[in-house]
Amino acid sequence: MSEAQVTRAGERNQRPGREASPGEQGGRRRGGTRERSMVPRAEFGSYYGRPIIKEPTWSARDIAGYLFLGGLAGASSVMAAGAQLTGRPALARAGKVGGLTAIGLSTGLLIHDLGRPERFYNMLRVFKPTSPMSMGSWILAMYGPAAGLAAVTDVTGWFPRTGRAATGWAALTGPAVASYTAVLISDTAVPAWHGAYRELPFLFAGSATAAAGGLGLLAAPTGQTGPARAAAVLGAATELTVNAKMRRALGRTAEVYRSGRPARLSRVAQVLTVGGAVTAALAGRRHRAVAAASGLALLAGSACTRFAVFEAGRASAADPVYTVAAQRGAGGGRPGSDVP
Amino acid sequence: MGRITGELHDVAGDAGHRDHPPRMGFFTDTSVCIGCKACEVACKEWNMVPEDGLTFTGMSYDNTQGLGADTWRHVAFIEQRRPIGEQDPGLEYDGVDVLGLAGERADLRWLMASDVCKHCTHAACLDVCPTGSLFRTEFGTVVVQEDICNGCGYCVPACPYGVIDQREEDGRVWKCTLCYDRISDGQEPACAKACPTDSIQYGPLDELRERAAERVEQLHDAGVADARLYGHDPDDGVGGDGAFFLLLDEPETYGLPPDPFVTTRDLPSMWRHGAVAALTLVGGIAAAFAVGDRIGGRR
Ligand code: SF4
Ligand code: SF4
Repeated sequence: MSEAQVTRAGERNQRPGREASPGEQGGRRRGGTRERSMVPRAEFGSYYGRPIIKEPTWSARDIAGYLFLGGLAGASSVMAAGAQLTGRPALARAGKVGGLTAIGLSTGLLIHDLGRPERFYNMLRVFKPTSPMSMGSWILAMYGPAAGLAAVTDVTGWFPRTGRAATGWAALTGPAVASYTAVLISDTAVPAWHGAYRELPFLFAGSATAAAGGLGLLAAPTGQTGPARAAAVLGAATELTVNAKMRRALGRTAEVYRSGRPARLSRVAQVLTVGGAVTAALAGRRHRAVAAASGLALLAGSACTRFAVFEAGRASAADPVYTVAAQRGAGGGRPGSDVP
Repeated sequence: MGRITGELHDVAGDAGHRDHPPRMGFFTDTSVCIGCKACEVACKEWNMVPEDGLTFTGMSYDNTQGLGADTWRHVAFIEQRRPIGEQDPGLEYDGVDVLGLAGERADLRWLMASDVCKHCTHAACLDVCPTGSLFRTEFGTVVVQEDICNGCGYCVPACPYGVIDQREEDGRVWKCTLCYDRISDGQEPACAKACPTDSIQYGPLDELRERAAERVEQLHDAGVADARLYGHDPDDGVGGDGAFFLLLDEPETYGLPPDPFVTTRDLPSMWRHGAVAALTLVGGIAAAFAVGDRIGGRR
């Protein structure tokens, strides 16, 4: 490391190596560092504007789709149990079949998104409480088969007792499927996700409730969809309120919801969700076609909500300013000292 | 699984290793880095890391851009109109103003820094890995087991330093192993071995921390007021880094997060919020049925 020359006369040109002071080969300027600007910089520094953290490698279709379908499945199972208990067989069937279809599709998306899909079972070889994805795999493993049994027994009419038990079990575990995905994405360094870890589970719960209501409106006759309409309204209202709260909590990071894809997606989500809920409440009781249309709008709105959250996370990871602002205490997103 | 946050002295022990060697790490002293990229090359050679793109970025001498699946050491280059400590670049010549503009252009410093995986005390990548592919070695370092990783990608956005990444054509994730193979054999990691200025120093973390504290004091005495340590504090958001740095500017200037933390720290609170949200969902739908009965809809 030292570039000293060894000559016959001994060592020459010895350099200080790891003890070197930067710039000591130049002269010394008295009076200390000149350039210590006292004016606070308005913006934070960055390394050529490059992101500090890595953007998720997940594909939007797979993972945002998974967030949506998982929510739909979980909430639909609760709807199905309620419908079964209150004697609304068509609404119950919609929830059960919908739940199975959604969880099947979403598990498929999840596996498809893996870099090594054939190794997906490696998730089931460990039980790791510090990993929301590990816990999620187990939640899915507990929910999925029950959702399947509930749907199959309902459609075939076989084993009604088993069917009832499965319906109950799916309704118990379904809510976890709907909300754990919020914990999953919040437990990352992504500013728009981690900064909203208190709100995201409720946003997802609201969005899932609206979606399950939408599915009921779409698939069941109007005579049975009273609870679905109420769920649509409740879910939509929750989603709207929590969304506003989340943006306040995000501080500067909330900017990502105001431009580009996240902005477009969340605007569309709001129009569809509010429009669907209002239409369902006003006309969903009388016109089957209107009810179905509002159901579709609610489903699409819920999907758009998840895609908006997903894209907002990506955008907040791509710009280093959000990472720095949150950690410098200027960006909301609960900096340094927030230990629960 | 041991503690998820706070100071932790025996990382390897906490992970279940008994009779383990001392925690090993890197101290990267950027003040003596000359930007030769020997570390980048040595790392690629030794670990057989594939090519990471031959691009011209215009970012000073940096064409590697950042750490990633195929870049485990990354040398950053930052050009600043600022003097180094009390340095005078020595461009003034008696009488003749040789470099006419030199007077105003004299204040230039060129920062170079070799970045690497921090081998965090509380490593988010390891915490969130659902397969157990990422693990803590007996040296207290964090390593991916490539035969386990299923490429779920969770560790990628979890890392607060943006280190670990997925190799697209391969599907799995890759990062610095602190040359697990070499250090298991008593050798120093390839980058540290190749570094001609000892900017990268490898050794027991305790020793490195002591040496770093002395070094930063020495620099302050020499008038380099900007010198600071980064990632050395066992009390910071990740419980201190196994690979820490001496920097001459704010961390974000080097592309490093100013106050990183392991998000797992908030996990208990996150699960509580998730659980309450799940109950809210049930309560909401139950309420919907209560209301639904009144607004009609029973056959
Ligand atoms: S720097 Fe990132 S990849 Fe390295 S140990 Fe810490 S969390 Fe893991
Ligand atoms: S991508 Fe591999 S190493 Fe990273 S969290 Fe998933 S299984 Fe673990």
